[in-house]
Amino acid sequence: MAPFSDLNTTWFALIGLLWTGYFFLEGFDFGVAVVTPFVIKDETDRRLCLNAVGPTWDGNEVWLLVAGGAMFAAFPLWYARLFSGFYLALFLVLVALIFRGVSFEFRGHDDRPSWRRVWDAANFLGSLVPAIVWGVAFTDLVHGVPLSPGGHYYGGLPGLLHPIAIVGGLASLAVFVFHGSLFLALKTSGDVARRARRAAGYAGVAAVALLGGVVAWVAEAGRPAVAGSLSGVVPLVLAVAAVAAVAVATVLAVAHRDGWAFAATGLAIIAAMGAVFSRMFPLVLPASNRAANAITIAASASQHNTLMVMTIAAACFTPFVLAYQAWTYWVFRQRLVRPVASPSTAAAH
Amino acid sequence: MTLDLARWQFAVVTIFHFFFVPLTIGLSFLVAIMQTLAYRQKDPGWDRLSRFFGRLFLINLAVGVVTGIVLEFQFGLNWSSYSVFVGNIFGAPLAIEGLLAFFLESTFVGLWIFGRGRLSARLHLATIWLVAVGTVLSVLFILAANAWMQHPVGYKVVHGQAVLTNFWLILGNSTLWAQFAHTVLAAFATAGALTLAISVWRAHRDRDDPASRRAFQSCAHLATGFLLTTAVLTAVAGDSLGRVMDTQEPMKMAAAEALYHTTNGAPFSLLTITDLSDQPVMQIRVPHVLSLIEDLSWNGQVPGIDNIQAADVAKYGPGSYVPMIWLTYWSFRAMVGAGTLMILLGAWGMYLAWRKKLAEDLWFRRAALVGIALPFLANTAGWIMTEAGRQPWIVYGVMLTAKGVSGVTVADVAATLAAFVLIYSVLAVIEVALMTRSARRPLEEPDLGATKSLEPSLVY
Repeated sequence: MAPFSDLNTTWFALIGLLWTGYFFLEGFDFGVAVVTPFVIKDETDRRLCLNAVGPTWDGNEVWLLVAGGAMFAAFPLWYARLFSGFYLALFLVLVALIFRGVSFEFRGHDDRPSWRRVWDAANFLGSLVPAIVWGVAFTDLVHGVPLSPGGHYYGGLPGLLHPIAIVGGLASLAVFVFHGSLFLALKTSGDVARRARRAAGYAGVAAVALLGGVVAWVAEAGRPAVAGSLSGVVPLVLAVAAVAAVAVATVLAVAHRDGWAFAATGLAIIAAMGAVFSRMFPLVLPASNRAANAITIAASASQHNTLMVMTIAAACFTPFVLAYQAWTYWVFRQRLVRPVASPSTAAAH
Repeated sequence: MTLDLARWQFAVVTIFHFFFVPLTIGLSFLVAIMQTLAYRQKDPGWDRLSRFFGRLFLINLAVGVVTGIVLEFQFGLNWSSYSVFVGNIFGAPLAIEGLLAFFLESTFVGLWIFGRGRLSARLHLATIWLVAVGTVLSVLFILAANAWMQHPVGYKVVHGQAVLTNFWLILGNSTLWAQFAHTVLAAFATAGALTLAISVWRAHRDRDDPASRRAFQSCAHLATGFLLTTAVLTAVAGDSLGRVMDTQEPMKMAAAEALYHTTNGAPFSLLTITDLSDQPVMQIRVPHVLSLIEDLSWNGQVPGIDNIQAADVAKYGPGSYVPMIWLTYWSFRAMVGAGTLMILLGAWGMYLAWRKKLAEDLWFRRAALVGIALPFLANTAGWIMTEAGRQPWIVYGVMLTAKGVSGVTVADVAATLAAFVLIYSVLAVIEVALMTRSARRPLEEPDLGATKSLEPSLVY
C-alpha cells in the first residue's frame, strides 16, 4: 500500500476535528440558551440573546451532521454500533435538537406570552439536554462500555448513566454554559453582558471542578489495556491542559477579559476533545469488560477507495466552508445593543 | 417485529421530512427569482413579495431542517446491519452532502435572514441564490445514495461489505440523473402550485389595495408559467425515469402496472382491484398502451410479475421477490394522476392569463387552492412507489431489507416510533397553522432600501 496507506488514522483524527468544531461552535449556542433565563430581565433582553446566535446557529449545527456522515462513510461499523447501541441517548438528543431548531423560527410568529413561553422552554431544554447527553456519551466512550463479542452494546440508557459519565455530562454542561456566557458577554452590551459575565464566573468555577473531577476519575478508573494505544501521557497532558485552560478562563472572566477568556474556553474544548480521541486511539468503541470485544479503527474503517474520495472531497471543499463561516461571524461581529426605540416597533419578523 | 417497526419508523420520518423539503427547494428558487426581479427592476412589488414568500419559506425550512437531522442518524439507529454493509458507498455521498450542501444552505440562510440592510443589496441577493444552490446540491447527493439502493453500481462485495470500486460510476449512475431531474422539477412544481394558489387568492382578497393586488397578480402570472413548465418537465423526466427502471427494476414497474404475466403489446391498466393476497379480481385495461409507453412499440414485450418472480427465484434462491402490489400500483397512479392535474391546472392558468382573467376566475381560484394538495400527494406517492416497489430489497438484488435492521429491542423502536409520530404530528399542525396565518398577512411595507442601520436586527 502506497503513501496514503494510513488514511484510517487520518480519518479518525478528522472525525475528532469535526466533533471538536461542533462542540466549539454549538457549545456556545447551547451555553447561551441555557444561561439566557439567568441574564435577562425582559423580552428585549431575550431577543438580544437569541440574536446573538441567530444568524449562525444553524450553520454550527451542520458540523454535527457532517461528523455523523463522516463516521458513516469512514467507519461504518462505528456509526452502526455506536448509534444503535446508544439508541435512546441519541434519540433524546435528536428530539431536543428538533424542538430547539424550530423554536428559533416559531416563537416570533405569535405575540402571545403563552406561545413564547412554550418555545423559550423548547429552546432552553433543547439546548440543556444535548449539552448534558453529549458529555455523558463521550465520557462513556473514553471510559468504555460493556460490549458483547461482536462489539454490540446492550446496556441501554441506564448502562450509559455510569456515575463517571454523569459527572462527564455535568462537566460538558458547565463548560458549555461557561463558553456560552462568555460568548454572550462578547456579543451583547450593557446589563445583559454584565450579567453574562457574572454567570460566566460561576460556570467557570463549576466547570473547573467537574471537568477536573471527571479527568481524575477516568484516569484513575482505567479500562482493559489494548495493543497500539498511545502512551497514557498524551491524553493525560491534554486533559490536564483542558482543565488548566478552564481555570485560566475563569480567572480571565473574573478579570473582565471576555475575549481572552472565550479563547481559553475554546482551547479547553479543543484540548478536551484531543484527550478524548487520543485516549480512544486505536479504538473507536472501547470495551469496559474485555479488551478483545472493543471495536478498533482498523476493523471499522472503510476501504482505501472510499477514504480517498472523502479525503479529496474534504480537501477541496473544507477551505470554502471555513472561509464563508468565518466571514459570517465577521459580518455579524458587532455587539448587539438594546434599541433606543420601543421594542415593539423594532420587532420585525 | 423489530423489522416491521423499524420500517414504519423509517417511513414516518422520511415521508414527513420529504413532505416539506420539496416546498423548501422550490420556494428557495421562487423567492430568489422574486428578489432578483426586485433588484433588477427596482420594483417594490417584487421586493414585498419576496419577503412575503420568504416568510413562508423559512417556516417550512425550519421543519425540513430539524427532521433532516433525524435522517442523518436513522440508519445507525435502526438499520445498523445495513449501515455496516453499505457504509463504504452510501456514507460518502451523505458526508459530502453535509459538507457541500448543508453548510452552504444553513450558513447563507442565516446571512439572508439577518443580512437584510447589513449586506449590500447585491450580496444579499447572492445569499438566497446560494441557499437555493445548496438545496439542489443536497438533492443530488442524497439521491446518489438512494439511486445506489435502486441500482447498485461501482462496487464489489468483500467480506460481507459492499466496497467502493469507482466513485464516478456512483455519481454517473443513470438512475441518479433520471431521479434528480424528476425530483428537482417536482419540487419546483410544488412551490409553483402553492405560490399560484396563494397569489390568485390574495389578488382577489386584496382587491381594495391596488398595490397588493397588482403585486399578487404579477406573482400569479409568474407562478402559473413556472408551474406549467416545471410540471410538464417533471412528467417528461418521470417518463425517462420509468424507462430506466423498466430495465433496472422490472419488478417494480410490473407491480406499478399490476401486470401479472409477461405480455406482448401489453395493455395499460386503468383500474385493478386485487384480493388480500394481491391477486387480481378485476382489471380494466387499454390494450397496447403500456407497450407503447415502456417499449415505444405497439407489440413490445413487457415482463409480468409472475415471470419476474420465477426468474428471481432462479437467480437469488427461494423466496418472494414481489413487493406489495396494491401499494405500488396505487401510489404510482396517485402520483401520475396528481401530476396530470397539476399540468392541467397550470395550462388553465396560462389560458386565463392570456385572457387577462387570471385573478378574476372564481372556479380557477377554488381549483388552485384545492390544488395545493396535489404536489404533496404526488411527491409522497412517488416516493412510496419508489421505496415500497423495491421491496423486499433494501439494496436491489444485493441485500434484503430484513437483513439490514439493527439488533435493537422492540420496545426501543416502538417507543421512539410513537414519540416521532406524536412530535411530528404536533409539528405538522403548527407548520400548517403558521403557513396559513402568514399567507393571510398583509404585504410588508416597501423596503425603501439603503436603510443600512447599525441597529441590531431584532428578528426573533
